[in-house]
Amino acid sequence: MLNSTLSQLSAALAAKQVSSVELTRFFLDRVGALNGRLNTFITVDEAHSLGQASVADERRAGKGNVGAAGPLTGIPIAHKDIFCTRGLRTTCGSRMLAGYTSPYDAHVIERFDAAGAVQLGKTNMDEFAMGSSSETSHFGPVRNPWDAARVPGGSSGGSAAAVAARMAPAATGTDTGGSIRQPAALTGVSGLKPTYGLVSRYGMIAFASSLDQGGPIGKCAEDLALLMNAMAGFDARDSTSLERPYEDYCRSLEMDLKGIRIGLPGEYFGDGIEPGVRKAVDEALRWFQGHGAKTVEITLPNTGLAVPVYYVLAPAEASSNLSRFDGVRYGHRAKDYTDLADMYRRTRAEGFGTEVKRRILIGTYVLSHGYYDAYYLKAQKVRRLIAKDFADAFARCDLIMGPTSPSTAFLLGAKADDPVQMYLNDIFTIPAPLAGLPGLSIPCGFDAKGLPVGLQIMGNYFAEAKMLGAAHRYQQATDWHLRAPREAPL
Amino acid sequence: MILLPGPPASMSITPDQLQRIALLARIEVSPAELPGVTVRLNGILGLIDQLQALDTQGIEPMSHPLEAHFAVPQRLRPDEITEPDCRAACQKGAPAVEGGLYLVPKVLE
Repeated sequence: MLNSTLSQLSAALAAKQVSSVELTRFFLDRVGALNGRLNTFITVDEAHSLGQASVADERRAGKGNVGAAGPLTGIPIAHKDIFCTRGLRTTCGSRMLAGYTSPYDAHVIERFDAAGAVQLGKTNMDEFAMGSSSETSHFGPVRNPWDAARVPGGSSGGSAAAVAARMAPAATGTDTGGSIRQPAALTGVSGLKPTYGLVSRYGMIAFASSLDQGGPIGKCAEDLALLMNAMAGFDARDSTSLERPYEDYCRSLEMDLKGIRIGLPGEYFGDGIEPGVRKAVDEALRWFQGHGAKTVEITLPNTGLAVPVYYVLAPAEASSNLSRFDGVRYGHRAKDYTDLADMYRRTRAEGFGTEVKRRILIGTYVLSHGYYDAYYLKAQKVRRLIAKDFADAFARCDLIMGPTSPSTAFLLGAKADDPVQMYLNDIFTIPAPLAGLPGLSIPCGFDAKGLPVGLQIMGNYFAEAKMLGAAHRYQQATDWHLRAPREAPL
Repeated sequence: MILLPGPPASMSITPDQLQRIALLARIEVSPAELPGVTVRLNGILGLIDQLQALDTQGIEPMSHPLEAHFAVPQRLRPDEITEPDCRAACQKGAPAVEGGLYLVPKVLE
């Protein structure tokens, strides 16, 4: 059961080999056994999960008035604690929201509820999704199931680690500069950041609204496709949600790789990539070449500027989005203050952690009078050049592949006090969201330390099905995605 | 408006400038934190200063991630009330509420 794909679990539920209550109980026990060590979940409410499971069992049995069962009916799914849930508190990994329960559900939650999936709990994350290591959470760092002394990546580190440790069959995440793909790579699981606008941001606590995109984290590409079928869809309450015809993300899983052109950007294979990462990625590329794909040398010349662009735009948007946390309408309020301005300042000083405050200050600075043109507008112009690099590249190839991250999982604390080093770790995942493009990470091997390596597959706008198809073909021939981590044996 | 001292050419900030930014951001930075925060912020500003080396004359700023790909529709909706009254539910998480109103420290004497 622990290593089953979603379609295997779904078949077992349909054949009554297991009930949703049993399945949910099983994963709750696994969470109970491992969470003390890995700290992947912030909130678990067993009664709430089991109640949903019992409704799912009735739905599978054709009872009740909740519609026909679907592939996800009765399957427990963990949600990043950035998605608002009416039934479970939503903290976004922050002291600011440590006691907050949302009066409404995120659109993604509504869609999983409508599909009959069970909410397994809310996963730990970098505070307000700002981080690449899941160390900035108010609720303590998440640990990597492959080596508990190491980080799982971030910011969706709790979701990725929960799937890696088989504490959840699948999970949701969000990606602003790599927060789905990088932790997926560092924990040996699969994760997809969809094209901007496919998954509604309604009820997903905002970090940088022009970049934020929800997406699935699972063991394999086939699971991601099933999850996307549930997650993606138009929602009028998100002004950037795209109105598109229904898309079956499973439709290309059996695609033929013959003639597929894989672009290899020189900038993604330069210095600074760990040898173990390079070796595993090269071997995966050889597999694709051996199965009919053609590789094409391409160039994404502004890759080196993606991190600087991101660290202007994301903090600028964050400083605006996080101005809502003022100690008046919800969340933390300081106990002692002299007047309204003092209350704001103390509330925000206490409620936000170091990295969040740092980014709000950077964002405030780059948007301030006299600096707006030099920083913010400049970054928006370079953003266009980065998008153009991809447009030129996709004229010559169907998919782009390279490492998801230049390194495997690093030690806890190794970069915690050096924000610039932490930021540079996201050099390969930041470009895609700047251009609004989809990106996928799948496991493709291990380094000499036995830590997982991620292969990134990027595609053109709305090319998710093709990306998932290529990944699925690879996973049919390899078993990296089925390996269980040391700290959480099967 | 509070103007920040110093021309844009000077890309590092002083502790004094940081205090003014912190005031704008409504975040208290204590005197003890000030030197460390200034150093780290200047590290980040050093990183983003790399942008200045690139000539972007004639390039339009891009604010929507899909606008390079297609004309992004700006959707309008009918001007109708669609939300029910959920004041009580929304105020449940507020730090201080009285009679349906949010309480804040006195602003006007």
